[in-house]
Amino acid sequence: MNIVVCVKQVPDSAAKVVVEGGRVSWGDAPLVLNPWDEYAVEAALLLQEAAGGDVTVLSVGGESAKEALKTALAMGCSQAILISDPALDAADSQAIARVLCAAIKKVGGVEAAFFGRQAIDGDMGVTGVQTAHLLGWPMLGLAARVEFENGKLRVERSFEEGRQIVECQLPAALSISKDIGEPRYPSFMGIRKASRAEIPTWDLAALGIEAPVSVVRWPEVFNPPVREVKTEMIEGGSPQEIAEKLVAKILEEKVL
Amino acid sequence: MNGKILVIIDHFKGEALPASWEAVGAASELARSGGGQIAVLVLGAESKPLAEQVFQFGVQEAYYCDDPTLTDYRPSPYAAVVASVARKLSAAVLLFPTTVRGRELAALSAVELGGGVMPDVTELEVSDGKILATRPVYAGKLLARVVCEATPAVITTRVRAFKKPAADPAHGGEPVRVEAVIPEEDIRVKVAGYTRSETGVSLSDANVIISGGRGVSNNPELSPPAGMDEKQAEIWRAQQGFKMIGELAALLGAAVGASRAAVDAGYIPYEHQVGQTGKIVSPDLYIACGISGAIQHLAGMRSSKVIVAINKDPEAPIFKLARFGVVGDIYKIVPALTDEFHKRLGK
Ligand SMILES: Cc1cc2nc3c(=O)[nH]c(=O)nc-3n(C[C@H](O)[C@H](O)[C@H](O)COP(=O)(O)OP(=O)(O)OC[C@H]3O[C@@H](n4cnc5c(N)ncnc54)[C@H](O)[C@@H]3O)c2cc1C
Ligand SMILES: Nc1ncnc2c1ncn2[C@@H]1O[C@H](COP(=O)(O)O)[C@@H](O)[C@H]1O
Repeated sequence: MNIVVCVKQVPDSAAKVVVEGGRVSWGDAPLVLNPWDEYAVEAALLLQEAAGGDVTVLSVGGESAKEALKTALAMGCSQAILISDPALDAADSQAIARVLCAAIKKVGGVEAAFFGRQAIDGDMGVTGVQTAHLLGWPMLGLAARVEFENGKLRVERSFEEGRQIVECQLPAALSISKDIGEPRYPSFMGIRKASRAEIPTWDLAALGIEAPVSVVRWPEVFNPPVREVKTEMIEGGSPQEIAEKLVAKILEEKVL
Repeated sequence: MNGKILVIIDHFKGEALPASWEAVGAASELARSGGGQIAVLVLGAESKPLAEQVFQFGVQEAYYCDDPTLTDYRPSPYAAVVASVARKLSAAVLLFPTTVRGRELAALSAVELGGGVMPDVTELEVSDGKILATRPVYAGKLLARVVCEATPAVITTRVRAFKKPAADPAHGGEPVRVEAVIPEEDIRVKVAGYTRSETGVSLSDANVIISGGRGVSNNPELSPPAGMDEKQAEIWRAQQGFKMIGELAALLGAAVGASRAAVDAGYIPYEHQVGQTGKIVSPDLYIACGISGAIQHLAGMRSSKVIVAINKDPEAPIFKLARFGVVGDIYKIVPALTDEFHKRLGK
């Protein structure tokens, strides 16, 4: 089965992100493969191991996003493609979805597209399902388990109250939840292969599309108001004494 | 604002997820500041009784669709009905709760209707007839103001960010039935089964959360049953630790949360994980037991109203965010807290 995984490069989850002079800055924290997309890569590789075929990893981003693609290659993906175009600088989720849709069509013969749950920069969690809709493919979102049997996908989807088991024929799009299992580490051989890989770059012209319209704008990004927490340390000679004081304080806050 | 505000209720078998009412609350706020009538749509099995209930919250119109193709949730037939109702009403704004279904349907409806999607917003404002939404980005490290240049603006409201509107039982009305759009033979996804989770109180909606971290596994006073290897013994210890936390939680009607370290070590299922790659919560009271306060954990609970931290390390970063801190051993403090709450709450 030929699979595409869509990944984004984002600042590390441990980065201290602030707005400085109107711009988002993460200091010298590294840019990494979006942690949720690691699960998508893992799930795609598991499916490929079971069903054969290739896993192509795609990212829309700047030149630096090649590093995220290399992480995915090192994990075991067969090939990577960067989609980069200055016209996509302020692209919203739907514009990215249109680009991904065009790219998946250009890759050709793709039967399943994998996405992460959300990108940890914009925290949108919508691009996967929007791409699926544009492709005309069903979306199996937040898959906690993926099986492939007799040409059919069988997926357990996570919802607030439980899991729904759904089945569908290919092609289909999936987003992957953490329940799938921990993503593998890049292997030594994988890292060597990835470091030598030539990653082709496609621009919008190569995809044969105009710059898609973005309708959601972010006029302002700002630091959240500093929360003045005055920490009160509760001390006492015994756990009982501490508990008495702490419970009294909590009850005073009227949160129970 | 020109055009109607359409709120889509998320429910499971006729029971609305609480965040749905908050979305109705957000709609009332919008209507108050920017004008516009509120319509509500409920889809799926048992949707009619729910649609009848919504009038008490001051909405003007309610629609429901309980076609057999919608008995189980599936994105494409659901989104098709949302889009058809939105078109019929010329809705200017669509509001969903930020739930799995809500976010998915919002994303689909935005593409289908040529609008734009703004998920997980915490504040809404109308200025110059346009909606200005505020949403946390970078796991809440920053806030973004976003606007949608197209119609409709499709919004999901963050759980617990908006108030459920006051009910007035004197308000009533008759919901209107609408037809499904996609016939069964054109729906490619088939539902083969369902398993309910046994978590009990849902973390995202909880008023009170008691969370345990890696610290739950090191009670030296417990001796694990014979025959366990080291890893099994550690998990056994941790489970006793979560039992202790569970007792306090049960007393307070609270949900049990966990750090990723506790989840990754196999102490407790992933459903309980709080943080950037777990659940984002904002309860009135959050008690962190044996959690260091890594930035990814803080990302998931920083907006809790009152944070209490119990940790034996006085330097633990969690204390910086805590309203009340106790430097101490959770095996001593937590049971004492349970006893004391027991006395004070008379339960
Ligand atoms: C991409 C990414 C995503 C992540 N997402 C999340 C997430 O969603 N949620 C999350 O929580 N983490 C997340 N993490 C992990 C995070 O970085 C930390 O590793 C994790 O939160 C640590 O959990 P902890 O506080 O339980 O463990 P530790 O950091 O080991 O802290 C244990 C604490 O318990 C205290 N302690 C030990 N014994 C006792 C005792 N008997 N009594 C009192 N105190 C005691 C110790 O002093 C210590 O402070 C993520 C990491 C990455 C890289
Ligand atoms: N620029 C991008 N390039 C490739 N895939 C992306 C991009 N942005 C988002 N995605 C995919 O869509 C998922 C959801 O992203 P988002 O809707 O931005 O939260 C991510 O986890 C990725 O799988």
